[in-house]
Amino acid sequence: MVEIITLLWNGFAIAFEPVNLMLIIGGCTVGLFIGAMPGLGSVNGVAILLPLTFLVPPTGAIMFLAAIYYGAMYGGAISSIMLGIPGASTAVATTFDGRPLAKLGMADKALTAAAVASFVGGSISVLLFTFLAPPLAHVALRFGAPEEFSLMMLAFATFIGLGGDDIPKTIFSICIGLVLAAVGLDIISGEPRLVFGNITGFLHGINFLVLAIGIYGIGEMLWTVEEHYKAGGKSMMSDAVITVQRTMANLKELLGTWKTALMGSFLGYFVGILPAAGATPGSLMAYGIAKQISHEPEKFGKGAVEGVVAPESANNAASTGSMLPMLTLGIPGSPTTAILLGGMVIWGLEPGPRLFTDHADFVWGLIASLYAANFFAVIINIAFIPAFIWVLKLPFTLLAPIIFVLCLIGGYAPTQDMHDVWLMIIFGIVGYLMRKLDYPLAPAVLAIVLGPLAEPALRQSLLISSGEFSIFFTRVYSAPIMICALILLFLPLLKPVIRLVGGRKTARR
Amino acid sequence: MRKAEFVMAAVMGIFSLYLMWKSAELPVGWIPEEGPGGGAWPFWLSAVMLICCVLILINWYRRKTPPSQSDEVYMDRGTTVAVGLVAGSLIVTVALFYVIGVYGALPLFMIFYVRYLGRHSWPATAAMAAIAPVATFFFFDIALKITLPKGLPIIEETIFYPLYKIFL
Amino acid sequence: MIHSRRKLLGLGLALGVGLAAFGLPKTAMAFEPQKPIEFVVMAGKGGGADKAVRFMQSIIAKHKLAPVPVTPINKPGGSGAEALVYLKQKKGDNHTIMFTLNSFYTTPLRQPALGVNIENFTPVARMAEDTFCLWVNSDRKDINSVDDFVKAAKAKGKDWIMAGTGKASEDNLLTDFLNSAYGLQMKYVPYKGGGKVAKELAGNNANSTVNNPSEQLGFFEAGTTKPLACFTPERIGLFKDAPTFKEIGKDFVYFMQRTVVGAPGMSKDAASYYQGLFTKVFNSEEWQGYMKKKALQGDMLSGSALMDYWKRERDIHKQMLIKMGAIKG
Repeated sequence: MVEIITLLWNGFAIAFEPVNLMLIIGGCTVGLFIGAMPGLGSVNGVAILLPLTFLVPPTGAIMFLAAIYYGAMYGGAISSIMLGIPGASTAVATTFDGRPLAKLGMADKALTAAAVASFVGGSISVLLFTFLAPPLAHVALRFGAPEEFSLMMLAFATFIGLGGDDIPKTIFSICIGLVLAAVGLDIISGEPRLVFGNITGFLHGINFLVLAIGIYGIGEMLWTVEEHYKAGGKSMMSDAVITVQRTMANLKELLGTWKTALMGSFLGYFVGILPAAGATPGSLMAYGIAKQISHEPEKFGKGAVEGVVAPESANNAASTGSMLPMLTLGIPGSPTTAILLGGMVIWGLEPGPRLFTDHADFVWGLIASLYAANFFAVIINIAFIPAFIWVLKLPFTLLAPIIFVLCLIGGYAPTQDMHDVWLMIIFGIVGYLMRKLDYPLAPAVLAIVLGPLAEPALRQSLLISSGEFSIFFTRVYSAPIMICALILLFLPLLKPVIRLVGGRKTARR
Repeated sequence: MRKAEFVMAAVMGIFSLYLMWKSAELPVGWIPEEGPGGGAWPFWLSAVMLICCVLILINWYRRKTPPSQSDEVYMDRGTTVAVGLVAGSLIVTVALFYVIGVYGALPLFMIFYVRYLGRHSWPATAAMAAIAPVATFFFFDIALKITLPKGLPIIEETIFYPLYKIFL
Repeated sequence: MIHSRRKLLGLGLALGVGLAAFGLPKTAMAFEPQKPIEFVVMAGKGGGADKAVRFMQSIIAKHKLAPVPVTPINKPGGSGAEALVYLKQKKGDNHTIMFTLNSFYTTPLRQPALGVNIENFTPVARMAEDTFCLWVNSDRKDINSVDDFVKAAKAKGKDWIMAGTGKASEDNLLTDFLNSAYGLQMKYVPYKGGGKVAKELAGNNANSTVNNPSEQLGFFEAGTTKPLACFTPERIGLFKDAPTFKEIGKDFVYFMQRTVVGAPGMSKDAASYYQGLFTKVFNSEEWQGYMKKKALQGDMLSGSALMDYWKRERDIHKQMLIKMGAIKG
């Protein structure tokens, strides 16, 4: 314990060297803006700026990239709340309540909640990271395909109540998302599948962002165009105002959500540690659980602050968590950490169990920089909130073309393929038409995120077990997760039974 | 609205059938000792989609859901024009990416939207049309080094080669 | 359709401008890139090939070897099919290069419908050859040689799990070789990416792998996994104790190329420019250090020597795929 604190103290001494401090602040700011662009997330930010880091020593370089990673996690919430477009899969859950809040004229509240929750998630996870690293790394290593599939089942189960009232339409939406996720290459048989019309663009599959920007960006904007037209050209994206008084009231209200924030932080951190999971399932599960434990679950999806706090605390906690297997095992927990890993190799640092002893300066400098990056990111983020609110007050006919341009370029940038831009427009128009008929579309977006993780894990597991489903129930880590998932899945079916039994009792009394 | 509900469910039902047929290019059954084949996942999920479409149609027939009860017009004339113009302009803009590139198409889109649809003043329009491509160029092409489509080669050679020389 | 119309229009415009610019001194000088060089990666962000490309990009940037930036583009679809078709369509382009692995041979062989003939591509530079070893978890104290391994795998029959990257990939070819050479029935389970495969072995979720040394290095140094033998002509410096398969009586050597390819029909000047550029990268201190650290082998090859190497390797892969039953003869 004392040893850890001494090491951390030395780490802070490194992180607060003027050059490193500037790199951290610069990284947070750059990351914030990259994350706030629809279509660009931490992966793009880190990948693109990687070559720049050769100008500074490795410790400074990793601090810069980690700060970008952190900043982008904060920034992702901004486009989710303001535009309703998740910039990255990690910010999908933030749209569910962030956007309704903005529409109710409380964008300032949602943005503040996101920033503060991110700070809580980041801080708690860094503390956990500091004191609980090596034992958890071993759990992460034991996670194989069966555990991954069980985890995905759990993520689905926590989301069961998310759809609309129309059950066939909700199930349709989930299934279409899962089917679209299967487009591309089937890694188990090595064969291409669902390559419509032999168009090569389908070979790389349908990127989650194409569907998300299509539905939430183009589709949502067309919907707003209709509302705008029906309101006689008077609608605005949000009529939030920001004053010191309101901010204080918002912060006060946030204090009441501390339980949700704590739950999100712990959950996000532990899910983030697991290889291949990363921040997305963590934030989705945090949202689902927040809804289930809430006293007012009906407010979720219509502008509940907890609905912003839970996923935002979880995704920041998970981004720290996913650094753990990267540093200790050399396994990336998310695509972004995979690139960070590449960077470390280039700088001549071999990640793995020996990194903590061989390069203590580097590791503890990084950990200290996470504390610092978290601190600066929340300050920078809050400082920019008035500017974001001002942007939302622009007339709709000025803001709309800007958002459309962001969508078009955001659809192109990740893969640099025009095919994806066309696909996005098709999804946007079809999504708009379906939305008018009360088809819930959020389940489709979630399904396309989780599908590519769930299907290979299921089939790898069955391949290992020669087709026996018992593999999910006989392994140490898989069994409890799978049982939890099944209980949660069947809870809605059991509820009427429980109520029936409970009802009888009261009747008898 | 009622008619639209029927058409959408029918079209999606047909689409589900197409997906099932397309998935069946790979084995959709259970391979002994290996588990499901390569096409099983999309095939059976598409089958569930088909069932959902049938259920939606049953609900439509029994007038159970709000859209199947509503006599409102699905897309009235004004909405069709307003949404159609926006969607159409997006499609034209993307098509223009191939010819005059992002940096030619963006100002045109801005002029159309801000001036024609938004009825803002010419100075406001000009400012938007100028700022959009310049900001995009410096953020994507220069700062992030993500090369956006430039259209025909001749445009890139005459306009952008000198710009690359200066900024890259 | 769009493509051809685009070309036609371009030709017309080019003629017009060409006439207008008539009389200006023609740049008959050596080729210099005028716009950012597109570096196509046959794999997704964060994979082994992607990391290597971003490393080369950084070497070029650090030593200012090119006047324009090199921008990596990921085309991960269909085991390289998407990247190959993309490059094929870039015929005559002087600013597009690609980084390839062995799917450069296997994908066109397995998917003839793509219409890709690798002989049309422009050979730029083979930067290295990656090697393969047979790995098991160090917990298996009973397995210290290939003989022990064969005994253990035979005992488990079909329940012996060999993890690898994708179907009909390098790992799959090697698994098939081991199965037929030693009469085994190991079950091959495909995963996404070599890093993931390495982790499955370290976590005891697979019984063995045929990873590249670089993928297992972290675990090897921590004592979690160990190499039993390598598919190389000579022992690898890092693993002095692991014999080659040649030494133990199975003459099988297998490499994975890490090569830079240019678009088909690239001009001669451009091709020699890129050959020069990547020779500089190859000779840089960073690249040499990287090769040593990652146990990469092979000299730099370019031009017709590289083309001959491709043809030879393609024929070898064709034979292996036929034997495996993945393609017909």
